[in-house]
Amino acid sequence: MSLTPPSERLWWKEPIERVELLWVGLALLWALIMFVMMPYWHIYGKQNLSNEAYRTTPEQFSKKVDAMVEKYTVRKETARGYPVVAPPAGSDVYLLGRLWEWYPILELEKGKKYRLHLSSMDWQHGFSLQPENINVQVIPGYEMVITVTPNKTGEFAIVCNEYCGINHHQMLGRIYVK
Amino acid sequence: MANTAEFRTCPDTGLQFHRPAETLMKLNAVAGVVFLLLGGVLALLLGLTRWPKYHLLGAEPFYMFLTAHGINVLIFWIIFFEIAVLYFTSSTLLKCRLATPRWAWLGFILMVIGSVVTNVAVFQGNSSVMMTSYVPMSAEPAFYLGLILFAVGALIGCFVFLGTLVIARAERTYGDGSIPLVTFGALTACIIAIFTIASGAIILIPTFLWKLGLVSHIDPLMYRIIWWAFGHSSQQINVAAHIAVWYAIAAVVFGAKPLSEKVSRMAFLLYILFLQLASAHHILVDPGVSSEWKIFNTSYAMYLAVMASMIHGLTVPGAIEAAQRKRGFNKGLFEWLRKAPWSNPSFSGMFLSLLIFGFLGGISGVVMGTEQINIIIHNTLYVPGHFHATVVGGTTLAFMALTYWLVPVLFRRDIVLPKLASWQPYLFGIGMTGFSLFMMGAGTLGIPRRHWDISFSGALLNHQFPETAYLLLGLVGISTILAVLGGGLFVLQIVASILFGKRRGEVKSAVPIIAAPVADGLKGIGIGGVAVPGTLVLALVFLISFVLYYFVNWKYLSQVWGLS
Repeated sequence: MSLTPPSERLWWKEPIERVELLWVGLALLWALIMFVMMPYWHIYGKQNLSNEAYRTTPEQFSKKVDAMVEKYTVRKETARGYPVVAPPAGSDVYLLGRLWEWYPILELEKGKKYRLHLSSMDWQHGFSLQPENINVQVIPGYEMVITVTPNKTGEFAIVCNEYCGINHHQMLGRIYVK
Repeated sequence: MANTAEFRTCPDTGLQFHRPAETLMKLNAVAGVVFLLLGGVLALLLGLTRWPKYHLLGAEPFYMFLTAHGINVLIFWIIFFEIAVLYFTSSTLLKCRLATPRWAWLGFILMVIGSVVTNVAVFQGNSSVMMTSYVPMSAEPAFYLGLILFAVGALIGCFVFLGTLVIARAERTYGDGSIPLVTFGALTACIIAIFTIASGAIILIPTFLWKLGLVSHIDPLMYRIIWWAFGHSSQQINVAAHIAVWYAIAAVVFGAKPLSEKVSRMAFLLYILFLQLASAHHILVDPGVSSEWKIFNTSYAMYLAVMASMIHGLTVPGAIEAAQRKRGFNKGLFEWLRKAPWSNPSFSGMFLSLLIFGFLGGISGVVMGTEQINIIIHNTLYVPGHFHATVVGGTTLAFMALTYWLVPVLFRRDIVLPKLASWQPYLFGIGMTGFSLFMMGAGTLGIPRRHWDISFSGALLNHQFPETAYLLLGLVGISTILAVLGGGLFVLQIVASILFGKRRGEVKSAVPIIAAPVADGLKGIGIGGVAVPGTLVLALVFLISFVLYYFVNWKYLSQVWGLS
């Protein structure tokens, strides 16, 4: 039994049980299918994160955010006067996470592509677009670029889903899709 | 054997215990149970906080207790118990003296000091950084120091295990052949543990120095990659260890033999070769890491480790089926399973562990570890749902099952209230099943993990999660209560049994606690030339569930915003 040394000393010369052989074959086949699915989706699927990322600093990144806010702000919302920014389709859109907000509010158009740049000003944050449930890690010092194509209209929330301190639960952002 | 006075032979099992090893096994196992108790109490408070209706704790204690809960159960309980398992599978199973008991003592003391230091740091309040302590967020220096001391202690334990293997080989204490399969599984766990602890040292020591001001900068992405080589691999130690425990329980309850040594050992070997890249699972949606790297590493080079787990998932119940059929339960597909000793907590705990680990933890783990599918799961409540199925429903339940058998053998005491003991694995297992399933459900609705208030009170903006999510969180709360009751019952019974259980004495008891080994070979059992048809059917049900669930998630993914 399994608590004692194998009863057959040359156990590696014993034949394999047939059910085991069949199962090893099935498991290997399934493993290969799952492996192939990932590159397959890169070619034929429509939801893949890009490999585009840059090193940045909070100063550099917030400058880009400010430039975009200055240029494309269409109105202000909430008591704090958050700018709502409507950048043109196809353009570079910058969103920053910091303790404890996503800035600024974005207004996008359905079916149009945007190059969304994400970075953090301080700690790690989690970009979690709801109710779509798209989740991306946001790391200080790194600027990630994802081309997004909204396929529904409405109001979307950005929840922070990487723990970032005591007011983590108040960290929200917003994206409108027209 | 060097000195026979140092050995005790268990009259019930014939196992030989080296006394210094026996003391260390007891101490490590008891220390583990203490931390399990602490983690369980915290679990109840956390579960009642995430239940929106009660929302028990304030934000500050919530994050503090969440940090403490993870560290105490995921690291301290499990690793203390694993050190006990390492000493049992080396010294006891190989009938060998434990190598350098003094070093083993030093390791134990370091682990105790480390776990106390980290706990003090966490409960002082300035180290609520979660178990992962992602930089640039930082904890008190004592937080890292405690973990480092604990890891050094555990590393010493690993080398004592390896040293014992060397002595056993040199002194031929177990004959000329290979080590037992269970010891082989423990060796797998030990090798993975050494890699894991090395990764932990590589990242936690610089982070400690950074906190002291001696290192200027820790790159947060590098931290994540190396920390997870520690954090994820430590869960692979658990997998290897609890699968070794499954084989051990199949042996003691049924006298089961592996269908073939070759296949089971090869599956363990695959873990060593292909589990080490696992940190990829945690950085699938991180910037700065390429898709090629993610695909290769998340699939452990073509899912060979998943294949290994699927093999164990067949060979463990297969060994039990073969043993039962040889004992005469050879009718139909499932007589062997129906007539299994379901009221023996060692068996029921082990079998529930197998089911929960495979169906819930295994399938969900592979699905969410797929590069693109991770986008719709990362950091949601799905993630803790998954790992509670693997590490609590899987590992902890398997260790509980083994403990029911170890108490009479190691402590020579009967389990008190055996009727209640026969219920305990079901209570705990059902609680954990519900907990994992409902958490995963809430995760698919976008509920974030590690989040104090999903109604976002006090926030400037707002978001309303669907009502279903609130219902699911209520069910998570109820399941938490069931699981904590089950876990509490376990701790109570084990402590009561060790202190007040009826002494078994040094004579053989009338009720056997180890089954005689069944005969070799698989001739004359099964249906139509298939020796273990019932297990094959179960395995195929598993595979079909796996395939369906896997593709359902691709379907979900295909419906969200285009990303490229």
